[in-house]
Amino acid sequence: MSRPLLDVQNLRVSFPTPHGRVEVVKGISFTVGRERLGIVGESGSGKSMTGRSVLKLIRAPGRVTADRLDFDGIDILSRSEKQMRAIRGARISMVMQDPKFSLNPVITVGDQIAEALKFHTRLPGSEIRARVLSMLEAVRINDPGRVAGLYPHEVSGGMGQRIMIAMMLIPEPDLLIADEPTSALDVSVQAQVLDIIDDLIRSKGMGLMLISHDLNLVARYCDRIVVMNAGEIVETCVASELHNATHPYTRGLLAAMPTIDESREELPVLDRASWGGT
Amino acid sequence: MSFEPTTEPASATPALPGQKGRRALKTAGSFVWFVVTIALTFLGLLAITFFIGRVIPIDPVLAVVGDRATPAVYEAARIEMGLDRPLPVQFLDYVTDVLTGDFGMSVSTGRPVISDLARVFPATLEMATIGILMGIAIGVPMGVVAAARQGSWVDQTIRVFGLLGYSVPAFWLGLVGLAVFYARLRWASGPGRLDIFYDGLVPPVTGLMLVDTLIAGDYDIFWNALDHLILPASVLGFFSLAYIARMTRSFMLDQLSQEFVTTARVKGVPERVVIWRHAFYPIRIQLITVIGLSYAALLEGSVMVETVFSWPGIGNYLTTALLNADMNAVLGATLVIGAVFIFINKISDVLYRVLDPRAR
Repeated sequence: MSRPLLDVQNLRVSFPTPHGRVEVVKGISFTVGRERLGIVGESGSGKSMTGRSVLKLIRAPGRVTADRLDFDGIDILSRSEKQMRAIRGARISMVMQDPKFSLNPVITVGDQIAEALKFHTRLPGSEIRARVLSMLEAVRINDPGRVAGLYPHEVSGGMGQRIMIAMMLIPEPDLLIADEPTSALDVSVQAQVLDIIDDLIRSKGMGLMLISHDLNLVARYCDRIVVMNAGEIVETCVASELHNATHPYTRGLLAAMPTIDESREELPVLDRASWGGT
Repeated sequence: MSFEPTTEPASATPALPGQKGRRALKTAGSFVWFVVTIALTFLGLLAITFFIGRVIPIDPVLAVVGDRATPAVYEAARIEMGLDRPLPVQFLDYVTDVLTGDFGMSVSTGRPVISDLARVFPATLEMATIGILMGIAIGVPMGVVAAARQGSWVDQTIRVFGLLGYSVPAFWLGLVGLAVFYARLRWASGPGRLDIFYDGLVPPVTGLMLVDTLIAGDYDIFWNALDHLILPASVLGFFSLAYIARMTRSFMLDQLSQEFVTTARVKGVPERVVIWRHAFYPIRIQLITVIGLSYAALLEGSVMVETVFSWPGIGNYLTTALLNADMNAVLGATLVIGAVFIFINKISDVLYRVLDPRAR
């Protein structure tokens, strides 16, 4: 691989507050190839903001700066809103946390999926319809004809998230950002949804940025892991090497997770003083 | 191309033979329920107006016979008016009368209240309808644009405009409107529904001047009526516009902060589509309630605007009746206004159900 799909150098995101600008992402650098990169961190660590700035979704008064924010050789930061529209959906897309909120309540599921295709291709209606139905099948929905005519409130959370995935993958983007795709779901359907994402990503040779607070989950589904804390990257490692992590924050997180054959009386609390964190 | 909603919910089973009939039955059932609720609400309204009429410290007999009548005359009038009978009987009588269109005689005009109402209500209806149409046609896009450009000078201007709509008194705006557009610029006609020499030339059919002149085929009078209507309707329209724009703006801001709007942007949908299809489409439902209520408020008749423009509408009629202790007229007008409220609420209910897939 000569050039990474996404190359981020010194990314900073800040928002104004009454006490001056506050940086929520403090100069992070990473690359994503056609691989599965996990970004882990607690609430407020800036992981979602990182995902959103890649799509240039952070609106004023929020400010994004970077030495480099290149996607496939395209400088994202210099793109206009209109130029971004050709990239959003078509080349980079994003699955969001809760399908209850991320699907439009008054538009049928099929129309919402079709829309992702409509503005990026010039396919005739019948062709779009066929693609939508086959995409619904690809996310393991048995009865795509019926489901396409449903409204979001008529489908379950797991099905909603599969619909979301179908919607985001139908224009066949190169990079998918999955921002806590399973946090709102029942544990029993989490694995199912992630398996679907994993399957489709691999079969299409796409890149994946899986944003989550769940270390185990990220370790299971990703090739590489970036650990974020308070807007900075504290550790980058290959997923299989996670247990060898060196940063005290990562170690603390790992230590705080119970295992099935637990011998400890009490799980340790994260000792933030050990790395001078917040 | 679009994906039509399936008529059956998620648990659909293959169509059974009896299903169509059952659905028809369900529709018929909800229609019956619809009629029953209207009837009950109306009965409640009748009860309230009736008892208000009996409770207020105005003696209806005195209003008819005057304070110099002898006790014998007074008593005879009281019996004639049926006021000696028990209240429930009187109420039953009242309901029967109202249902047969008998609202009694108006003391101040000397004519049946029903024919007075048939004259004044269309005048208000005409003005309010044009007013609300202006309010919708201008207020909704204004609210949407303000929300889409929140914080910009466009938004600020629209907000100031909306604030004026809340705080400027109607009679002042009406007078200024007359002074500028009638007295100085001569763009609009003055007070009244028609110029004086056109008065009485058009046979009343609906009572709506614009419609009646068209029926009569008299276009000169049609334009004259429109000329007279446009200024008071604009004043009314301005107030509903301000309200509708404010509400639209706040509904839109709420929608634009929703996750599904971000979803639409992530899909690469043009901003125009994000705003109108993704954010505006869902708020049509809330807007209907706002517009319905604001239309109903206009139909109540704005006494201020009607007085300034010498508009023979229901607001004017009701006020005059009140000042003359003309109880039949007051109750009749109150009933009409109440009925309008019930009717408009019901219409918004129905539209709600048609437009919101979640309420179907």
